Amino acid sequence: MKEKIRIASGQGFWGDLLTAPIDQVTKGPIDYMMLDYLAEVTMSILQKQKRKDPRLGYAKDLVELMEQILTVCLEKNIKVITNGGGVNPTACSDAILAAAQKLGMKSLKIGVVLGDDILARIDEFLKEGIELRHMETGESLQSVRSRLESANVYFGAAPIVEALNRGAQIVITGRTTDTGLTLAPMIHEFGWSATDWDKLAAGTVAGHILECGGQSSGGNFSADWKSVPDLAHLGFPIAEAHPNGEVVITKHENTGGMVTLQTVKEQLVYEIGNPEEYITPDCVADFTSIQLEQEGTDRVRVFGVKGKPATDQYKVSMSYLDGYTAFSTLTYSWPDAIEKARKADAMLQSRLADLHLELDEYRSEFLGYNSCHGAIANPPLDPSEVVLRVGVRSRHYASVERFGKEIAPLVLTGPPSVTGFAGGRPKPSEVVSYWPSLMPKSAVSSSVIIKEIAS
Amino acid sequence: MKIRLIQICHGRSGDKGDTANVGLIARKQEYYPIIRKYVTAERVKQHYAGLVLGSVERFELPNIWALNFLLHNALGGGGTKSLKNDAQGKTLAAALLKMEIDVDESITV
Repeated sequence: MKEKIRIASGQGFWGDLLTAPIDQVTKGPIDYMMLDYLAEVTMSILQKQKRKDPRLGYAKDLVELMEQILTVCLEKNIKVITNGGGVNPTACSDAILAAAQKLGMKSLKIGVVLGDDILARIDEFLKEGIELRHMETGESLQSVRSRLESANVYFGAAPIVEALNRGAQIVITGRTTDTGLTLAPMIHEFGWSATDWDKLAAGTVAGHILECGGQSSGGNFSADWKSVPDLAHLGFPIAEAHPNGEVVITKHENTGGMVTLQTVKEQLVYEIGNPEEYITPDCVADFTSIQLEQEGTDRVRVFGVKGKPATDQYKVSMSYLDGYTAFSTLTYSWPDAIEKARKADAMLQSRLADLHLELDEYRSEFLGYNSCHGAIANPPLDPSEVVLRVGVRSRHYASVERFGKEIAPLVLTGPPSVTGFAGGRPKPSEVVSYWPSLMPKSAVSSSVIIKEIAS
Repeated sequence: MKIRLIQICHGRSGDKGDTANVGLIARKQEYYPIIRKYVTAERVKQHYAGLVLGSVERFELPNIWALNFLLHNALGGGGTKSLKNDAQGKTLAAALLKMEIDVDESITV
C-alpha cells in the first residue's frame, strides 16, 4: 500500500479556470486529479443539448482539456476522475478515446459509470410507490411531472472505485457527488472497507475542501483577501491522503494563492446545512469533529474526522421547465442618478401595467447602490452613476418577450443622461427549476464499463 | 462595547435552492464564545429584515470557531428562477459582517 497519495482539484465547476488542471498535472507531483463540472441545474442544460444532438450532453471543455493533458497524465501515471460525462458519459468517453487515438496513443483504459439517469424510469418508480416527493416541501411530483427535463441519482464513490480497481486511467461519470470524486481514489488505494465510517467521512471532508477548486486556496477569501499572494496564478488545492484517513491540504510550490486555517475553514462552511450530518451516499460526515492544524507553509492537516453509517437512500436531482425570464440594464449618471433610475423603474412598471402582460414577477434593483444588501446597504448619498437592473418572470413567453421591447424606449422618452443599453432587446430565457428528492438505494444500481485502446 | 462583526469574524455564503447558508467564523478562539452568545438566530433574522423572508436556523461548529446559519426563503426562488442579481446569496456573508453587537465582555480587537 502507498504511504500517501496526492489528489488534485482541477475544476470546481463548469466554466472554471481552464489553466488550473494543466498547472496541476505539470507543476508538481500528483497521483489523481478530480474535475467537478456539475452544478444543480447543469444536468438540464446538458439534457437539452443531448435532445438536439444525441452525441452531446457532456462537458465539451473536458474533451478539449484531455487532448492537452492526456500525454503528460499517462507519462506521469496521473489518473483523472470527473463527473463531466453529464447526461451522456458514453459519448463523452468515446470523444476522449477518439482524441487519444488522434494523439497516437497505443493503450488507454477509460472507466464509464452508468445508471444515474432515471428520467426514462420515472413512471415505473411512481407505480412502485416511490413517490419522489420534493425533499424540502413534501410536494407531490405530479405538479411538475409533465415538465421534467432531467432526473439523476447522485451516486457516491463506489462505482468509481470499481472502475479504478479494474484498471481505469480515466473515470467518466454522470451525476456523482462532488465528494465521491476525491474519496474514491482513497478507497481504491488504501482498501478502506465500506463500513469504515470515520475514514469514509475523512475522505468526504477532503472532497468537500477540493470540490470548489480555488475557493480553499485563497480564492473568494473574505478574512483578508488583500494578503493573498499572486491570485492571478492561483494554485488549486491538493489533498495528500494517508491510509489512516489523515489528509494534508496543500498546493504546488511556485503557484499563487495560499492554504491556511482560514482559507480551509471558509470552504468547510460553504453550502453546508446541519454540520453534524453532512449526508452523502457513502457516509454521514460530522463536520463538528474536524480538527485542523497548520503544519507548514501552505499545509493544513485535517484529522480527527468522525463519520456515521450511510443512509439507505440516494438523493435524486431533477429539473423541470418553469417559465421564462428576461433581464435588462440601463445606466444613469449624475446628477440625481438614483432618482432618475427610480423614475425609469416607475415608468417601466406603469407602461407594463398598461399592456396587461401576464407577468408572475417583476424585480428592479439598483446596482452600485443597494442590489446586494437591500435594506441594510449603506448606499452612496450622491452617486456618480447607478445601474437600473430589471427582470421579469412569466409562464408566458410572449409576455416576457414583450417586456423586452419596453427597455430601449426609456432612453429617449425617460430621464436624461442614460446609457449602457446595448446588445438589442433582451431575449426570454427558459427557467429550469430544481426538484430534489430521495429514493431507496435498492431501486437503482450503477454499472461500470471499461473502454480501451489496446495494442 | 460595540463591535462590528467584521472586526472579529470572517465568513462565506452560498445557496441550496431558495435557502442561503452563511458560515460565520471567529478570527480568534477567544471570539467564538462572544459570537455564540450574541449572534443568535433571532438577531440574524432581525438583521436581514427585508432580505430573508423565511426563518433562520443556527448550527454550531466550535471545532473551527464557527456558526452556520440557514436563511430560508432568501433568494427570490433560487436557481434560475430568481430575478435577483445575487441569486445565489454570495454576498450575504458580507452583509452579516456589517452587524453590530454590544458586548458586556472586554475583548481586544
